[in-house]
Order: sequence, then C-alpha cells, then structure tokens
Amino acid sequence: MANFKNTSLVFPHRHLLGIETLSPTDIETLLDLSDKSVAVSRQVEKKKNTLRGRTQINLFFESSTRTQSSFELAGKRLGADVMNMSVGSSSVKKGETLIDTAMTLNAMKPDILVVRHQAAGAAELLAQKVDCSVINAGDGAHEHPTQALLDALTIRRAKGKIARLTVAICGDVLHSRVARSNIILLNALGARVRVIAPKTLLPIGIEELGVEVFTRMEAGLKDVDIVMMLRLQRERMTGSFVPSIREYFRFFGLDRTRLEIAKPDALVMHPGPMNRGVEISSEIADGPRSLIQEQVEMGVAVRMAVIEAIIDNHAVDPSNADGGTA
Amino acid sequence: MSKNRSKSRLFTNARIVDPSQNMDEIGSILVEKGKIAACGADFSRIKFKKKVETIDCKGNCIFPGLVDGRVFIGEPGAEHRETIASASRAAAAGGVTSMVMMPDTDPVIDDVALVEFVRRTADETAEVNVYPTAALTRGLNGREMTEIGLMKQAGAVAFTDGRKTISDALLMRRALTYAGDFDSLIMHYTEDESLSRGGVMNEGLNASRLGLAGIPVEAEVIPLERDLRLVGLTNGRYHAATISTAESANVIKGAKSKGLSVTAGISINHLALNENDIGRYRTFFRLSPPLRTEDDRMAMVEALCDGTIDIIVSNHDPQDVDTKRHPFAEAADGAVGLETMLSAALRLYHNGDVPLLRLIEAMTSAPARLFGLPGGSLEPGKPADLIVVDIDEPWVLHEGDLRSRSKNSPFEGARFQGRVLQTLVAGRTIYAHES
Repeated sequence: MANFKNTSLVFPHRHLLGIETLSPTDIETLLDLSDKSVAVSRQVEKKKNTLRGRTQINLFFESSTRTQSSFELAGKRLGADVMNMSVGSSSVKKGETLIDTAMTLNAMKPDILVVRHQAAGAAELLAQKVDCSVINAGDGAHEHPTQALLDALTIRRAKGKIARLTVAICGDVLHSRVARSNIILLNALGARVRVIAPKTLLPIGIEELGVEVFTRMEAGLKDVDIVMMLRLQRERMTGSFVPSIREYFRFFGLDRTRLEIAKPDALVMHPGPMNRGVEISSEIADGPRSLIQEQVEMGVAVRMAVIEAIIDNHAVDPSNADGGTA
Repeated sequence: MSKNRSKSRLFTNARIVDPSQNMDEIGSILVEKGKIAACGADFSRIKFKKKVETIDCKGNCIFPGLVDGRVFIGEPGAEHRETIASASRAAAAGGVTSMVMMPDTDPVIDDVALVEFVRRTADETAEVNVYPTAALTRGLNGREMTEIGLMKQAGAVAFTDGRKTISDALLMRRALTYAGDFDSLIMHYTEDESLSRGGVMNEGLNASRLGLAGIPVEAEVIPLERDLRLVGLTNGRYHAATISTAESANVIKGAKSKGLSVTAGISINHLALNENDIGRYRTFFRLSPPLRTEDDRMAMVEALCDGTIDIIVSNHDPQDVDTKRHPFAEAADGAVGLETMLSAALRLYHNGDVPLLRLIEAMTSAPARLFGLPGGSLEPGKPADLIVVDIDEPWVLHEGDLRSRSKNSPFEGARFQGRVLQTLVAGRTIYAHES
C-alpha cells in the first residue's frame, strides 16, 4: 500500500485507444487530473518525478509536429525518458509492417507507446501485440481521444460545464477522427452536438451517432455555445469533395458575420493546424473569442494526465490484487 | 491404391440425399470401377459380386461430392499461400470433390499452355477434380479478349476476370457475343471500382463508427444491371460470381423472369456472416464483396431458397500473414473456405432456413450443370464422387486443424454441427475423418 496514490485505481484502463471505451466517470476523472496538470505546467518548476525511470516512445507513422511535441513535453514534465520515432511512409514501403515495427520496439521494453497511424484500428492492433500501455494519438478516421479530452477540458474551463451546452462541429467530419472522438465524448457528458458540413463530407449514418445534422452554417450556428472548426485537407477541396476553396469558404468558412449567428458569448475552437481563409478567417482565429491557444496549452496537460493515470493504474495493479481497494 | 479402386464397395444404411434424383431416403450405394453402380432404397433387383466390401454408414448421410464453383489457388506464382495439392487436401477434408479454379494466378491463366499446365499439375498432384477457368481478358487487363475457343477446347470450363470487374461495356458486349458462339459461360464479379474506391467494408453506420471507408451496395448492383442488359442484347450465358445484396438478387430475379440465360452464385460467407462479425477490425472478415447487413444476409438466404441464387461457393481465397496482419484498411480481402463450406452451410439447414435438398443441390448438381462437369450426382453411371457426412456431430474449428497452407478462416473458433466423415473421388477414399 506504500505506493498508493489518490489518483490511482479510479482510472481502470491499461490503454487509451478511444473515447468509446471510456465511461463518463473515466472522462471526468481525466479532466480533473488534467486541471492539476495545468497548474504544474504553469509553475516555474514544471517537472514532476512520477515517471522517473519510465520510457515513453512516440511512434508516429504520420507526421504531426503539434501532437508529437505535446506528447513529448507531457512525458518529459512527468520525468519520463521520451524517444520520438517518426516512421515515414517510405520505410513502411521497405516491407516492415506495423506489427514488425511494434514488436521491435516492444523488445526495447518501453512503458508507454504513443502511436499515430493513418489506418483506423492501428492503435488497437498494436495494443494486442505489445506488452506496454498504448495511447492512441490518432488512427485514420477513427479516433483521436486526447484531442477530444483537451477540447472538453478547454470548454469546461471556459464555460464552467459541458452538460447542456450546444456544440457545433463544422467541416470535414467524414475524414475526421477529431470529430468522431468529440461526438462520443460530448454526448457522454450531456452536451448537445451538431455537425455542419456539405453532405459529401459527412459519414453515412452520422445521425445515429447522436448528432443533429445541418448543411447550412446559417441554420446550424443558431444558439450555439461552442463552434468547433475542423481542418479541411487541401487535396479534398479541388473538386473531389468540394469544388473549390473559395466556394467552401463562402458557404462553410467561419467569419465574423457567421459567428454573430451563434450565441453572443459563443467561443471558437480549432484542433489545428488551421487553413486561414479556408475554414476560418484570421480575424476570428486570432480574436477574443478564440480558444485555439488555450487548446494547445490544455493539450499538454491532458496528455500528462492520461499518461499518469495509465501508469499509476499499472503500477498499483499488483499490490491491489491482495485486497487493497479504494 | 489400385486395389482400392478395383474393389467394389457397398455403402449400406445411409441417408442418401441426392438432389439430382430428388432423392432423400435410407438406402445403399454400390460403387464399382470408380462409378456409381446402384443407388437408393430399392436394391432387390441389383445383382453384385459376392466379394464386395460392405460399409455400414450407421444412418449417416451420403451426399454427392461437393462442386465448388469459385476457388482461388496460389499456383502458379504464390505457392506459399496455396498449391493445387494443398488446396486439394483442404477440399477433400471439406467434402469438396470438384474445384473450379480461378485464373488470378501469376502468370494469369490466359493462354492454352497455362490451362494445360493447371490440368497437368492437377492430374499429378491433386486427388480431387480440378477444373480451370480462364481469364476473359489478357492478363486480366480488361481490354483484349483471350482465346476463348482454344482455351475451351483445352479444358477451361468458364471465362472470368476473377476478382476484377470489366469496366468497358463494349468489351463486355463483344465477349458475351463471342463466347456465346462457343456456348462458353462468362462468370463475372461486379464491383464498380470507381464507386467503391478506397472502400474496405460495407457502407453504413458500422463503417462510419469504425472510421473506415465504405463500399455502397450500388457498386455491386450498377455493373450487374449493365451486364444483365448486355445479356439481353447478346443472348450470352452469364453467371454473376458472388452477389451479396438484396438488390442484386432482385435484378437477377428480373433477368431470369425475362428468360435470360443468367445464373448467380453466393459465397458461403455471405450466407453465414454479416458486417457485425468484423467487430473490432478483424481482418479475416475483410472480404470481397464486403460482408453486408443482416437484412442482406436474410435476403440472400431467401434468394437461395427460391432459386434466384443458383449455387453456393466457398470463394476460397488463401491469404497469409504478409497480407492479413495489417490494420483493417491495409489488409487484403479474402478468406479460406474449402474446409468449412459444408459445415457452415449446414447451419442454414439446422436453423430451418433452407431445406436440406435445396442446400445440397446448390453445392452439387447445380454447379455441375452450370459448368458442365461430370460430378455432383449419385445417379448410376456417374463417377463415384461422394461424401459420407454426420450432419449432427458438433465440433469446433481450430486454426491448427486447417489443411490449407493459409489459415485466414473467419470461422476460427466457430462451433459447427455436421462434418465430413469420408470423401471418395472416383470410388477411392481420399479422406477419412479420425475421431
């Protein structure tokens, strides 16, 4: 019982593969823990010792400066040894499969594997094969759980609550793991979720995931508390999904006029990186109602909380086996 | 071996189920010189030699050996996945005595020499009957017709581009017309590649939830409808290789009611499984066509019962770890099926979904008739290709039991009721289950 910590046991998961596998209590636990991590990150001395001697490997098959550095900082602030591995698509073409790469890394005995991969289900597949904890940093168009958690934390800190807020997720929902994770999480915590996009960018059956569907910003933004913009990949706006950038911005971009449709105190979010002038105008992105910088700060805090919760749970597990319950 | 062949054998006390004679009765079967000499309950007028080996079937069933109309084999080109010999062993264990082999090999079977290669290799290494199909276009390129007449003479039983769909409507029209002159069967898998591009499973809520790109039902139906109109134009013989949706069954039914020479097949997977089986990204359930909804599966069962669907195939498609141990979106399509087709099909009988005679017909006499093969029947004079089956025995499939070189079975760990006890080809026992 010596290493019992008050944060442990309350998060009964070995991996974080998606929001879908979390209960509302799990989510609240992580958000509470994240609030504490925000405080740590705002101190002059930002380092904790929780993860001293532990190894965290960031395995990124898709490049992502933002998410990767956020995970790296989170691990380092907890005192872990962090190694970054960016596996370009070229080395995958050399014949080594995802599982081969994972088994190689597994043999190096890491404690945590943070993985980003272009294929849905990749993190789950890895979790079945390796001995350490796996954190999903984005798998195809499936889930990006830490992004949804950091978005929720940002909202909760800005609005004081999540339940009964109306959140509009706007843009390329079809290809977005951020949208999927957010839809599940916000629903779990009792928010009202809308999606606003042209039908070509909406997945089939999306209504059944518990969202209201709008294809016009003018209608969808009415009475909204939070406007969450999504990034639209450039290759998808030249005729394959939408005809052109200017047409997209005209109908689905967020500018001042559109934001006025939402509630007067509505706030704006974007997971980044932004396409200024495509989905969001600079005026809004840099304006007083933008939470975009807060999201980045909350990202580090949420990832610290997730890593800590998973490792704690891990460490306490064996001693817990002989009856020590909380 | 030769002793085994020459000896006459009498199978008694068997439930004989032979759709070709509309027979389901307790009786005996006499096998002489590799052929069925007599079959049925009425043996009073049959005279046979005294030196006959008698086998008491103890009430178990005898079916004609199964005829599997769609089998992918890795020989030539991918022998690590499957050879003709290993497929033959798998077939024997599954009660399949005739395999119709697809031309998607490397090199592609698009030339007389390759048709002959398959037949020769089968003669030398396979214990079951192997009937090659040939490519409809050179190298499966979808542009130039192959030598349909010559390859038919060499023994190709049908012409098909295998897993591929011919997008060029004019080529399809000419192929149907030309093949019609040789009374050759064209077998076609329909999936509009531009409509299904990037898709890896059935389109719908499940795919959206998993973050996977979907393949709409229309990708199958649109080229199928085009083909059926071309059949009307040309009077060719057309077989839809594997349909998977209720709407496909409807258009096939419509074409049949117009009197067109159209038939349809279905893979056993689409009768036994649905898209929910994919669960959390299980790549062994990644198939082509994709597993559809339960509504579609039930429509397929109905279409099988009413004869809209003519034959059941295993769609045996061996894939190894190189192609299956990947994230779902990056894995290959396909599942092995020779060894499980019968047991999986018997589920439909045990559930009361399909009558036994109809079920067995779709795996014996119907495909034999479609491809013009000698087997698939227990009528006197036919080759003694038959299987003894305990249709009630419960068993569980373990990966290690599979004889196929590839182990990508969606039925791993599945519970079955009914299994093959003995398989005979031309009167010779090539498989006996050890209990």
